[in-house]
Amino acid sequence: MAFLAPGDRAGPGSVDGHTGLGLDGLGSTEPVVTKALGGGQTVLSVEDLVVRYGTAVALESVSLNVERGEMVALIGANGAGKTTLLNALSGMLVPSAGRISCSGKLAHVPEGRELFAELSVDDNLRLGAWKATSRDTSPIYALFPKLDKLAKRRAGGLSGGEQQMVAIGRALMARPDLLAIDELSQGLAPNIVQELSRHLIRLNLETGLSVLLVEQNARLALGLCRRAYVLDTGHVVREGLSSQLLDDASVQQAYLGGPLVS
Amino acid sequence: MSAFLQYLVTGVARGFLFALLATGFVVIHRVTKVVNFAQGAFAVLGGFIAYSLLRAGIPHGVSEVIAVLAAAAIGLLFGAVTILGNMSPIASLITTIGLAILSEAVAMIAWGTTPLTFSGIGGADIHVAGVYLPKQYLLLIGVSMVVLIVLWLVLDRTYIGKGMTACASNPYAAKLSGINVKRIGLLAFAIGGALGGLGGVLIMPLFPLTYDGDVSLAILGFAAAIVGGLPRPRARWWACLRDRRADGGGLLVAS
Ligand SMILES: Nc1ncnc2c1ncn2[C@@H]1O[C@H](COP(=O)(O)OP(=O)(O)OP(=O)(O)O)[C@@H](O)[C@H]1O
Ligand SMILES: [Mg+2]
Repeated sequence: MAFLAPGDRAGPGSVDGHTGLGLDGLGSTEPVVTKALGGGQTVLSVEDLVVRYGTAVALESVSLNVERGEMVALIGANGAGKTTLLNALSGMLVPSAGRISCSGKLAHVPEGRELFAELSVDDNLRLGAWKATSRDTSPIYALFPKLDKLAKRRAGGLSGGEQQMVAIGRALMARPDLLAIDELSQGLAPNIVQELSRHLIRLNLETGLSVLLVEQNARLALGLCRRAYVLDTGHVVREGLSSQLLDDASVQQAYLGGPLVS
Repeated sequence: MSAFLQYLVTGVARGFLFALLATGFVVIHRVTKVVNFAQGAFAVLGGFIAYSLLRAGIPHGVSEVIAVLAAAAIGLLFGAVTILGNMSPIASLITTIGLAILSEAVAMIAWGTTPLTFSGIGGADIHVAGVYLPKQYLLLIGVSMVVLIVLWLVLDRTYIGKGMTACASNPYAAKLSGINVKRIGLLAFAIGGALGGLGGVLIMPLFPLTYDGDVSLAILGFAAAIVGGLPRPRARWWACLRDRRADGGGLLVAS
């Protein structure tokens, strides 16, 4: 873990100290709009990251960064290396080279939700706070009122959309500064995706939470996030403002199913 | 009638012995996915340590508690050997067989090959309506029941218990949530060691154990765990109580 900056997710004390972010604003009626948007403070920076599985190279010199309070999309075809990148960020696999520095706490919502299926919704949420100082789940229920009614239910018995809420809620229980979400919309109906997107935007606006969003649905991702990176077979092939990428002919061709008819 | 009562008590007592061993086995298996063939060794070593402490003049109660703690420490050690490297499941299984053989060798060198026993805490036996009941049986039943219930409450209700379930359920997600999965695995091994050691300490006054008694103990605990279903702890305990009939009352004749 030597490549990680001090004060990262490793220390239980690192959560509350420095940012003043977190979920505190959520319960109140007055939204706390933060200073963070475009503040220029980098919460995550990745430099020349290389990840190999045995001899196969999954990421080859990937660099990207996320500013505090920013929502950034990461799009790319199947097998591009998106999940690999998030796993490297959360310390689930060790990169062969490069640098990851995270100036806050990172929480990772994994591909396929990965809930504790036989435990209750409430237990799943509380376990997300294993290293946090507070196990109070009420901010999560305030954010996802639907989950409040499901609190005692087995997580494995929930619908896909409900499971995704639990997965996001569990990650938020760690009180992250940066939320990395792998495949927000996977297997979900469009209206559920919309609902989740609204929640994310609200979180981002009210608490200044930074988001790194991995998404197969490029149109959705580019609509939600101000900035985006395009990953292709382990390389960042495009980066820029979402509006620019939406107009980029090659991006349209590869990820948006042809030019937009407007 | 009196014979029936006597069989009932001895049978239930054996059931609880299997339950202790099987529960240790299952806690380790669920959390670490390791099939621990050294489960019987915890019982033999725990019992032998209690034997030596009692011989050294340390009083009842204290000796037994120290022996159980020593068995927990042995469990921790075995866990460290088995799970701290990144072994494949089959390699870890073979490692536990190796550890079982090693502990047999150690037990043989340290305590010899004759069966060992010590007098239980109970003292005088109880005779009720012509039934002969060593108090040790009642002690075994009472202590096992309390320990298993407390363990179940801890696993089912406490935060650390939920953390253990989380590791069993989804180790990847547990790690993502910041749980140190290896450390929880070591805790499971320590619990398994303590439960095995407790079984040994409680059974030795009733059945003398030899250094190689771990095999039959492990197999019976293993059988109870399988009958009960490895992933379902509550069903398993019933199975242990049913199981006592299956062995025809001939437990431990092997050793
Ligand atoms: N555990 C693994 N062992 C070996 N190779 C792997 C492993 N996981 C992923 N890969 C390979 O690494 C590459 C990147 O995979 P990754 O899962 O990161 O892609 P992805 O962009 O998340 O794809 P998807 O959109 O399908 O989820 C792929 O070629 C994949 O086959
Ligand atoms: Mg993926």
